Amino acid sequence: MGLKRGHRANPFEWIVERAIFLIATSAILMVFLIFLFVAREALPVFLGQTNSSLVQEVLPVAKMDTLSPAELQKYLGLTPKQFRELDRDAIQALMEVKLEGASELTKDKDAAVNTTQWRYMLLPHQWSDYDHPVFIWQPVSQIHKYNIIPLAIGSLKLTLVALLFSVPIALGAAIYVSQLAGNRARELLKPAIELLAGIPSVVLGFFSLIVLASFFQNLLGYQVRLNSFVAGIALGLAVIPVVFSIAEDALSSVPRSYTQAALALGSSRWQTAWQIVLPAALPGVFAAVVLGFGRAIGETMVVLMASGNASIVSWNIFDSTRSVTATIAAELAETVFGGHHYRILFMLGTLLFAVTFLSNLAANRIIRGLKSKMEGKR
Amino acid sequence: MNSATRPIVKFRSRGFDLPSFVFSGLTGLATFLIIAILLIILGNVIYIGGSSLSWRFVTGGTQSDMFDVNKAGILPMIIGTTARVLLMTLFVMPIGVITALYLTEYAPATSRLTRIIRGAINNLASVPSIVFGLFGLGFFINFLGRNVDGLFNGADTIWGKPALIWASLTLAVMTLPVVVVATEESLRAIPQGLREASLALGATKLQTILQIVLPQALPGILTGAILAISRAAGEVAPILFTGAAYYMAELPHSLSDQFMDLGYHVFILSTQSPDIEKTRPILYATVLVLLLLTIALNIVAILVRARMRKTLRMLQ
Amino acid sequence: MNLKNIIQTTALGLLLAVPMPSALAGSITAKGSDTMVILAQKWAEVYMGKTPGTKIQVTGGGSGTGFAALQNRTTDLANASRKIKSAEIAECIKSFGKRPTEYKVALDGLSIYVSAENTIQELDLEQLEKIFTGKIKNWKAVGGPDAPITVYSRENSSGTYEFFKEHVLKGADFAASAQTMPGTAALLQAVAKDKNGIGYGGAAYGAGAKHLKVKATPESPAIEPTEETVVGAKYPIWRYLYIYVNPAIDKGETAAYINWLRSDEGQKLVKEIGYYPLPETLRNK
Repeated sequence: MGLKRGHRANPFEWIVERAIFLIATSAILMVFLIFLFVAREALPVFLGQTNSSLVQEVLPVAKMDTLSPAELQKYLGLTPKQFRELDRDAIQALMEVKLEGASELTKDKDAAVNTTQWRYMLLPHQWSDYDHPVFIWQPVSQIHKYNIIPLAIGSLKLTLVALLFSVPIALGAAIYVSQLAGNRARELLKPAIELLAGIPSVVLGFFSLIVLASFFQNLLGYQVRLNSFVAGIALGLAVIPVVFSIAEDALSSVPRSYTQAALALGSSRWQTAWQIVLPAALPGVFAAVVLGFGRAIGETMVVLMASGNASIVSWNIFDSTRSVTATIAAELAETVFGGHHYRILFMLGTLLFAVTFLSNLAANRIIRGLKSKMEGKR
Repeated sequence: MNSATRPIVKFRSRGFDLPSFVFSGLTGLATFLIIAILLIILGNVIYIGGSSLSWRFVTGGTQSDMFDVNKAGILPMIIGTTARVLLMTLFVMPIGVITALYLTEYAPATSRLTRIIRGAINNLASVPSIVFGLFGLGFFINFLGRNVDGLFNGADTIWGKPALIWASLTLAVMTLPVVVVATEESLRAIPQGLREASLALGATKLQTILQIVLPQALPGILTGAILAISRAAGEVAPILFTGAAYYMAELPHSLSDQFMDLGYHVFILSTQSPDIEKTRPILYATVLVLLLLTIALNIVAILVRARMRKTLRMLQ
Repeated sequence: MNLKNIIQTTALGLLLAVPMPSALAGSITAKGSDTMVILAQKWAEVYMGKTPGTKIQVTGGGSGTGFAALQNRTTDLANASRKIKSAEIAECIKSFGKRPTEYKVALDGLSIYVSAENTIQELDLEQLEKIFTGKIKNWKAVGGPDAPITVYSRENSSGTYEFFKEHVLKGADFAASAQTMPGTAALLQAVAKDKNGIGYGGAAYGAGAKHLKVKATPESPAIEPTEETVVGAKYPIWRYLYIYVNPAIDKGETAAYINWLRSDEGQKLVKEIGYYPLPETLRNK
């Protein structure tokens, strides 16, 4: 697009052009920075440098005079600068606190375990209070249990419910609006459906918590009021506009020659839509579903408010469930900044970013392929 | 344009056709269902919220108790939300518009870099909002803010904590794709002939862009701004750790202050209120205000866009 | 490539050039526990009315946020619904060389909520422990009808969660199937609507649900949570609410404010908000 550059460009124009170019690359920079800085906070977890083990060597306070300054600094976990600035009283207080911390410790046999290792985060483990190996997410506990499997299953389960609910509806509507509706109806329906995207997710969360949850419980009579079914439906409402508008785009981009040929051969409108247009636009429809998946797995407020947030491993959609996003939102503010709980939440964020990044990449590849194919045939 | 896919001649009237009926019926039903859900949500909020919305509520503060149905107001939240989206607009508009200008006016269409820029913008649009929150905390607060504090403020922490400016910047990154896409659309719609005429008359490329292209694209840029504002106004997850406050006795008076926020207040009222039945009226009224804000902005954007397309069709 | 970055840094530089009245004379900031926000606000409001010239700013965010701010010296007072942890004390010492001073400022009783339809009237601490850790799964086991128990808990970021876990569950984990609610209100609403539900939360809350009587041991009398039983330490599940302060600034106005909070006048407001005042022995005269 644009015009060919270069006729008599003066130096000023050249500078402006360079500046425009640089600013235009800021989107790349941003994606890069997002990954970099979310991953940076999570890096120690990936590198295995975090340690949640509660057992540590403690020395009596009197020992502070016999240790060399370097040993003392290392024992108290101080930076050289802090060590220089602290006076004797402060050092002594730190020694005391360290002793107190040790005396608060449990005699639990798992106390020495570093629970931030991958095998504790991914595999079931039989903790001291349990009678069989379990996947368990209990980060605020005497033994910090950081198994992320319940959260991953929770996110996937919610996403699945949301897609099962929203994809058929959004696709049906996309087919209706792009193929069957009249021009005037189309011009009203399309923005109206896209208006659904204008409802903030916190409002969808509020609606599902206050209205939908009671409605469905009265209707279906299940025991747990807030569960993955309710949250999934509400999540579906956030997904519908995404799937609809991309699928509608894909369906509309099928060249008119396809439909005309089919109709000329005597097929009916629905046959044309179902057997000609839909298959031709199928990659686009698939991309719409993939993007819907990305939207669903990354949604936070709806899930936080409506899913009940119990971190259990269960595929029953009427059990309450805890997602990765809700976990980050609910727990981050209270963690010790820079501590292992904090870093593991950032690790979850990094994984989430990677998942949506990849699904987005796949969807765009598909859409691009479809576009060039359709344009070639027009 | 979609009219292309619809048959021009209608040459069949075979009487009742069951599959056709079922198919149109089902897809029509899906469409109807979506509209119905939308109307139910809006209706529910407007009906219940409308009865408890009052002038005092919208212009009142939270001096005594934000859960007190008879005294609480939401002016501080309205101001907080407005401040953060306006500030965000200030950051995102120049960058968004310039990026779109580059993509339509300067970028070689087939170059690898152009493709990567487009990919990045697409990608930015799909990053989960909570990840933006983490990014804001990790980059703006822990990196930028802390380092600025370290350089200028010694031991004091002024910028290295949640603040209005960090929430706005986080939202600006989040809404960048919205602005780029809307601006690009309107730039592309400007007939190539206009640019050629301008260049033929001796204007430089920059002059053409500033004096011919941009004024024509203004409605599209405006749509972008409105959509970005409406998207950002309702977002809660990105500001949870970057600036929103549960409660503040005063309005923010500097960019390094935290703020109260409409969306976050909806979350607080629906999950943390001491008596959810009693505070239900103010909850609904707050939701209504938030919805009015975002939906109204969306409708304005739709209208501006429809109008733009109409003039465009006339131009072509 | 770093243009955006440079622009931002320059913009920040400009902003910094404007003098920031961050620490006005006669201004006190309090940050921390969301449980205490309303109480802290009430105190601040009455105190500011009484002593013009003093400005008090209150923000929530959670007890942990309050401690973090205390370490960073971004707040004067940290409101907390739990005791400070040794790791947090260590951070404070690293930052300002001293332990933060701890003040008890109010009492809070934790009630056990069940649905109003539930026939159970009282439980002992051991039964509670078994119910919340998932060892007892049916109401029949504690003398109720044959129905499964739905356990409601709070988010693990809340001080209430930690307190309950430590004192009632004796450190054991909550049942994994326990639903965690982001706030006491959400929990109460869930319990009120679920006839098999059980949950816990501040005694001051609780419209719509029944508060159970609690027995310390199976043999001891069942006690209802009221001001008298909580302040008299007869009711077994109660906690202090705290304020922590950097000792270096615990003088002048700040000290006067903390003193006032713990006086009869400040404690009267505690009752109005719905917590319980400190026993006479802990107050300032």
